[in-house]
Amino acid sequence: MATKHHVVTRVNGEEVEFLCEARHSLLEALRETLGLTGTKEGCLDGNCGACTVTLDGRLMDSCLVLAVEAHGREIQTIEGVASPQGLHPVQQAFLEEAALQCGICTPGFIVSAKALLEREPNPTEERIRWWLAGNLCRCTGYDKIVRAVVDAAARMAEVKG
Amino acid sequence: MNDFEYRAPASVSEAVALLVEKGERARVLAGGTDLIVQLRGGRFTLDRMVDVKGVPELNQLRYDAAEGLVVGAAVPCYRIYEDELVAAHYPALVDAARIIGGIQIQGRASLGGNLCNASPSGDSIGALIALEATAVIAGPGETRSVPVEQFCTAPGRSVLGPGELLVALRLPPPKPRSGAHYLRFIPRYEMDIAIVSAGVAAVLSPDMSSFVSARVALGAVAPTPLFVTEAGAALAGKPISEESIALAAEAARQAARPINDMRGTVEQRRHLAAVLTTRALRGAVARAKGEQVNGH
Ligand SMILES: Cc1cc2nc3c(=O)[nH]c(=O)nc-3n(C[C@H](O)[C@H](O)[C@H](O)COP(=O)(O)OP(=O)(O)OC[C@H]3O[C@@H](n4cnc5c(N)ncnc54)[C@H](O)[C@@H]3O)c2cc1C
Ligand code: FES
Ligand code: FES
Repeated sequence: MATKHHVVTRVNGEEVEFLCEARHSLLEALRETLGLTGTKEGCLDGNCGACTVTLDGRLMDSCLVLAVEAHGREIQTIEGVASPQGLHPVQQAFLEEAALQCGICTPGFIVSAKALLEREPNPTEERIRWWLAGNLCRCTGYDKIVRAVVDAAARMAEVKG
Repeated sequence: MNDFEYRAPASVSEAVALLVEKGERARVLAGGTDLIVQLRGGRFTLDRMVDVKGVPELNQLRYDAAEGLVVGAAVPCYRIYEDELVAAHYPALVDAARIIGGIQIQGRASLGGNLCNASPSGDSIGALIALEATAVIAGPGETRSVPVEQFCTAPGRSVLGPGELLVALRLPPPKPRSGAHYLRFIPRYEMDIAIVSAGVAAVLSPDMSSFVSARVALGAVAPTPLFVTEAGAALAGKPISEESIALAAEAARQAARPINDMRGTVEQRRHLAAVLTTRALRGAVARAKGEQVNGH
């Protein structure tokens, strides 16, 4: 029998515990064990970014992180982006500007874009494109996504005043 | 993926003991951006994965004007390019760290993993060779140091023996009036593997008119990253001019022993070896003169 690891971690601010095998990815633990299916599976090899989460505040492809590595760490997923007050400005901008079609890439883009704007509130378009290079979209052609991020930055600046 | 045992040692000696016990059936896990992809792809199976990210020596990033830079083998790319001292003294290392994968990969991928994976196109390797880095290796025997240009022995193979572990990379302090630059050619702007790459470091004379010495390394033109001593030799003592740079570029072109594959042809790669050597040399000279040079 494969050994089970007992992992205690925080997901979107809440302490959670789960059991996993060493071979299980963080993506599998989130989706299958914890039922957090907002994080998507695309390529499973680090290229598409659909599985993007933050681990201790850093963006990662959760398909390339072992679930056991999450022990004692802090994870943020797409499920933690909106607040009880409503959608995050990045989510709002994606919706209003139709920055998605099929939507499978969207959670990854939103998690990545939010992380960018938290670090750099006013990035140039070029900077946004570089930052989002690890997130692939097969539908939109990217322009609407980039515009939504530019717009979200403006909304966030307004809120801050 | 088949299951395996996951161990997270807290010291180098513990890591070595865990590796020795399982020999070929154990592997080190740093960022996993090569290892997990390869395991999932079924390239091999493992009995044990030894996660070294909790070992302090492998996490250090330390610069000292007399000693130079120590980069722990597991330090991820983002720590390299976000470190102000590294950016100030080793911009060529930043050139490489900033182009390995995208932002998610850079949150995990280490230079140690890049080197130990021993890909002919590994982006940190050319920069490390140019910067005269040595690999500090611990194992069941004595700790030893190997110049990075001697580290890779074949695609995916290195000088690491059974139970051995890369602890850190050591880079000497930059010499006065020196500069370095790392560049690669890819068909897209980002997120791709080099068709050819060049890492160059140059030391200029006190009056900044000639080359004292230079080191040139090429990626993806041979089974291992290539240290082209002929290109460096062609520059020593020569005036800083396009003619001198052309001599080094020609030496690089001749040293390249590329293959045809889905990324590029022999002819294209030879040509690129010269072009990138030229550009990287211009960048290195500009940096030696204190000018700003952008990466990618
Ligand atoms: C989407 C994507 C894009 C990528 N883009 C690039 C790119 O642009 N340029 C590039 O060069 N690479 C690229 N890579 C490959 C990879 O990210 C790099 O090679 C990375 O630097 C590997 O580091 P790691 O810490 O993830 O290594 P790991 O995957 O953890 O390890 C790699 C190998 O080295 C061994 N190893 C690791 N650390 C040690 C140690 N301390 N001692 C002994 N053995 C060790 C492991 O056992 C394994 O065999 C990309 C990968 C992906 C998935
Ligand atoms: S599923 Fe993880 S990067 Fe594509
Ligand atoms: S909306 Fe379909 S992949 Fe991006």
